[in-house]
Amino acid sequence: MILLAALDGLAYGSLIFLVAVGLSLIFGVLGVLNVAHGSFYAIGAYVAASAVLAAAGMGLPTWLAFPLFLVSAVLVGVVVGGTVEALLLRRIYGKEEVLQLLVTFAVFMILEDAQKVVFGTQPLFANAPMNWLGTVEVFGIFYTSYQLILIPLVALVVLLGLRWFLRRTRFGRAIVAVTQDREAAMAMGIDATRIYLFTFIIGASLAALGGALSSATTSLTPGIGSGMIVLSFAVAATAGLGRIEGAAVAALMIGLGRSAAVYFAPEFDVLIPYLIMVAVLLIKPEGLFTTVQTRKV
Amino acid sequence: MVRTKLAAALFAATALLGLPAAAQEKPKELVVGIATFLSGPASVFGVPGKAAADLFFEEINAKGGILGVPVKPVYVDEGAGTNQLISEYRRVVQDQGAQIMLGAISSGSCNALAPVAEDLKVVNVMWDCGTQTIFEEGKWKYSVRTQGHAGAEMMATLLYLMKVKPDFKTVAVVNQDYAWGRESWALLQAGLKALKPDVKIVAELFPKFGAPDFSTEITRLSALRPDVVISTSWGGDLDTFVQQAAARGLLKQSTFVLPLAESSMERLGAVMPEGVIVGSRGDHYFLHPKYKNTAEMQAFVKAYKAKTGAYPIYPTFHMNQAVTGLVKAYEKAAAAAGGKWPSKEQVIAAFEGLEFKSLTGTITIRSDHQGLEDQMLGTTRRVPEYPFAVYDKIALYPGKLVTTPLGEKSLDWFAKVKPELVKDKSIETFDYVK
Repeated sequence: MILLAALDGLAYGSLIFLVAVGLSLIFGVLGVLNVAHGSFYAIGAYVAASAVLAAAGMGLPTWLAFPLFLVSAVLVGVVVGGTVEALLLRRIYGKEEVLQLLVTFAVFMILEDAQKVVFGTQPLFANAPMNWLGTVEVFGIFYTSYQLILIPLVALVVLLGLRWFLRRTRFGRAIVAVTQDREAAMAMGIDATRIYLFTFIIGASLAALGGALSSATTSLTPGIGSGMIVLSFAVAATAGLGRIEGAAVAALMIGLGRSAAVYFAPEFDVLIPYLIMVAVLLIKPEGLFTTVQTRKV
Repeated sequence: MVRTKLAAALFAATALLGLPAAAQEKPKELVVGIATFLSGPASVFGVPGKAAADLFFEEINAKGGILGVPVKPVYVDEGAGTNQLISEYRRVVQDQGAQIMLGAISSGSCNALAPVAEDLKVVNVMWDCGTQTIFEEGKWKYSVRTQGHAGAEMMATLLYLMKVKPDFKTVAVVNQDYAWGRESWALLQAGLKALKPDVKIVAELFPKFGAPDFSTEITRLSALRPDVVISTSWGGDLDTFVQQAAARGLLKQSTFVLPLAESSMERLGAVMPEGVIVGSRGDHYFLHPKYKNTAEMQAFVKAYKAKTGAYPIYPTFHMNQAVTGLVKAYEKAAAAAGGKWPSKEQVIAAFEGLEFKSLTGTITIRSDHQGLEDQMLGTTRRVPEYPFAVYDKIALYPGKLVTTPLGEKSLDWFAKVKPELVKDKSIETFDYVK
């Protein structure tokens, strides 16, 4: 029974990780707590579902859904994320956190309404990719390969890919440099404005990828973004904002915790992510994976 | 002079005694405020409800309006939260002059609006909310409900389950974690204990409202293998739960009871298999075995489909009941007032004992302002005529049979329900006919 709960927790935690890691990355580099991140998840889901349904309507093969997920995620990241960063966020870097929260919350509200105008209010789902991958049997219980294998695999690839990108590539190192000291990095010739835009697009694309992947398993309704942003905040805060590997561990903890609750204490199902967050923050207020830093001045 | 004084004295005496205000001059237009979800997850009901209201009022206005007065609908979004809803509700009544309010979908909204309607002295037609406690625990002069309540819906569900699968031994529930999910389960549980005391409840799961993933719940149910799985979930939550459960074979393993599934069946399409027990919070169904071929039903389905691209679902029928009930109450009140335009007090008084035809049956309003509405359940079947599942093995339960008797509380009534009710002679049955 514990193994069954662990398998469910793995799949759930993987999806949360994809969204939360984008949020964490944006905070880590740009220093902005982006409430509109939930909108990127929702729009990614809607765009992917619409693309998959349109492809199915044209008689195209189901496997095309998977590249369409990637294309949708990048498209949402570049078009929506890029626009938000270039037109709005760029003006509030370094300003008070309250202002940043208000502006990103306003963006979230505007994008929520935009979703209703563009995609309507009726639930939308495109489950063909999930069914196409079939099921696997574990101890007599059927799981969808999509949730048990594909989503955790994508989360793992994203985790390893981000680590590699940030540590091994020139552009990734530039991001890290800007994160550590923007002024010094700029003095070294790094274009911080470009780095910010690019990082925001990556973060938004990751949220949209999470949404795209969830479009095959979840019925999309107005408001899906708000649920996910709250959960992502819980993961990011538990891990310590800006911690990528930490986000993976925290997402897994929350996924496993929630699954265990459904088996052993269903009443705590909804509470578990927040109980874990509160417990962690009581012991380590800076988050699980953030080290206490000394002041520079 | 003496006449004037007498009239003034009579007016003052009437006002002091609190007698219903007399009939009034006909207004140029009748403003009707409608509280419905235009945003948030429940807009899956609210937006179809609005589309239906637009159609009904267009039709009424094309015929000259209510008693010759054109109707102007004004919409208020329930999705903005209770505080905002109350402010908007007051604004529509006080600033826009609404004499009638139709509110609302959420039981929480109805609970909040009933005292506001009393305060504003405005006729408040509860057009969709289901909580049974409103008229069981409160007495509201200006509010009336033109459909059944959760008690009737859950009682019919229980009776249907007992009829089609009498030998079940284990039950699990997966309801949304909010008032409706909890209240509906409390009723079902009380009824189950009375009708089938030996039944074992193996899991009570209440996932978060709007949960994107039910994998863990499905795994647990797959391991427990209950005979029956009940879920009163709706909208996107129900769609997600059904598609994830179907993909993992759970719908074939247990008998699923989904009392609100009618509103999801077209969307779910091929995902919904045969053999699932489904309902529609009343007797609403565009393929209603008794009314699907009536001119009114065919005209409505055609107009609604042309406007929205979808078949009408239960909130649209609830809206029909509210609007039809309103028209009939005005006609009754005007007749009692000698053909004059009735006051708000006369309109609300006319609702008591009112009986009117809806698209799918007859609604009766009791003296406690609670509507009696038939309840219909069926079992899904796949047919070549539609790309989605339809009702088969239909049972139609008279509203009077399944609604908590006047003066009693639903939970108490459920606890003493007798098995004889399952085979009551007033229950009609039908099979799917093309």
